[in-house]
Amino acid sequence: MTALTLAGLSAGLAAKKFSSVELTREALKRAEATQPALNTLITVTADQALEAAAVADKRRAAGDAGALTGVPMIHKDIFCTAGVLTTCASRMLSNFVSPYDATVVARLKQAGMVMIGKANMDEFAMGSSNETSWYGPVKNPWDVTRVPGGSSGGSAAAVAARLAPLATATDTGGSIRQPAALCGVTGIKPTYGRVSRYGMIAFASSLDQAGVITVSAEDAALTLQAMAGFDPRDSTSVDVPVPDYRAGLDAPLTGTKIGIVKEFFGEGLAPEVEARVREALAIFQKMGATVKEVSLPSLPLSVPTYYVVAPAECSSNLARFDGVRYGYRCDDPQDLRDLYTRSRAEGFGPEVKRRIMTGTYVLSAGYYDAYYLKAQKVRALINSDFLRAFGQVDLLLGPTAPTAAFGLGDKTADPITMYLNDIYTIGANLAGLPAMSIPCGFAGTLPVGLQLIGPHFGEARLLGAAHRYQQETEWHLEVPAGYVAGFV
Amino acid sequence: MSLTPSQIETIAGLARLSLKAEEIPAYADSLSRILGMVGELEKADTGDVEPMAHPLQGQVQRLRPDGISSANERALYQRNAPQVEAGLYLVPRVIE
Repeated sequence: MTALTLAGLSAGLAAKKFSSVELTREALKRAEATQPALNTLITVTADQALEAAAVADKRRAAGDAGALTGVPMIHKDIFCTAGVLTTCASRMLSNFVSPYDATVVARLKQAGMVMIGKANMDEFAMGSSNETSWYGPVKNPWDVTRVPGGSSGGSAAAVAARLAPLATATDTGGSIRQPAALCGVTGIKPTYGRVSRYGMIAFASSLDQAGVITVSAEDAALTLQAMAGFDPRDSTSVDVPVPDYRAGLDAPLTGTKIGIVKEFFGEGLAPEVEARVREALAIFQKMGATVKEVSLPSLPLSVPTYYVVAPAECSSNLARFDGVRYGYRCDDPQDLRDLYTRSRAEGFGPEVKRRIMTGTYVLSAGYYDAYYLKAQKVRALINSDFLRAFGQVDLLLGPTAPTAAFGLGDKTADPITMYLNDIYTIGANLAGLPAMSIPCGFAGTLPVGLQLIGPHFGEARLLGAAHRYQQETEWHLEVPAGYVAGFV
Repeated sequence: MSLTPSQIETIAGLARLSLKAEEIPAYADSLSRILGMVGELEKADTGDVEPMAHPLQGQVQRLRPDGISSANERALYQRNAPQVEAGLYLVPRVIE
């Protein structure tokens, strides 16, 4: 049996153990079989997938295949896919067939990857439990009474259940890392500007970044290699060369300085999560890393900072959804204002409306300085804390989320309780830093995630540290009961 | 920090969201709690700190040349439109 990892399947395809069409049929079968219990996908693209797989097999026969060619994958439904429904898990876009491909989609397509479907998510990526989706919640494959995390809950649950070895995802305040932690898979949020956001539906433009959820750090390196790089179509895309991520994976950790963030180990952190993180730290020490405690004194203000900046930017970005040129339109509008206000009220769910209104308020006349400007100043303080820390250490380490997966419905009544789930992840978004979550053991029967944060454009170092840890441990290869870790 | 129902109506109006009367108390409650949490920012000493708008410090927003870069695909784009006629997007009458 071939391990259902990108590297494993890629080797199997190269050795002609199976074809991309065979592999794609199996992925589609798993997608269909798991959908009733997990609800990971909004759209399944069976016909296009089998067509793309046949093309990939031809490419391979012609000697034109790369590491990604012919491997099935899933795109988060926030990425525009030409000719395919792109909903952002919202009623507002429930009828939107994108006329073009996002750059991330185009690049992975060009590499020969086979998209089998579009992943469920929180509506417009606003949520930490995948419960705000217009298409219903995703269930955690480790325990279907629990959430998979969010907003990339469908991507994380699909990889955990091994529908495919990878799924794209996006991260504005933890939306790649927190679901990766709660589902026991690997996720990387690259540096702000590293991966193009062209065709990725905007939530909060100074925070959003695209990344990927995979089984292993090695697979994340292979995928990021194809995703990253300058794109003239995204004005925030940074023209910095992309290093060879795979080549850096085996660099020894001897002498690597790891910073333990004091503020990550305070009140609210579940004891079992802390225990797993400290065990992981001991493994890094065994591999030759040195450890130093660092303090980021302004970090406790990251949640309030985020809940000014993100809603403010969301209220501006989501103003484009007005029922005029695309998306949902209410029935029988009486006049133009009625068309706008009712299309938006009926098209957006309660959490999205809450954030639009929060953002509208903090940007409104008389409140701008007290809220938005103040938050931008605190953001600068948080950023300085990180820069100071990276003057002393190479990587920061801590938990990804304060607890393992919580129950469906447990945190929907109080938005603040839900928002606090991202307390350890938001800092990296505010500062634009690359960060990963990797599995580091279990709390009872539920996976626990370890977070690693690097300096700007430090993806290679992050991936290398994660890969070395995954050479020493096998947590990332654990699969929930009832799901199959391999193929053929 | 506590928002009144009439403040919620004003905010919803600015945001172009029509709320039903029965939805307003719940939004008043949750927005008040969010703003209460956000109020913690007051504690931070930000005296002469420069505000940070985005993480690309020191970089200037790149602009593209003002030229035609893609083909006119109006028919393709209008397939997603709720209502079109003769290549135009239709909305309720604005001028009588």
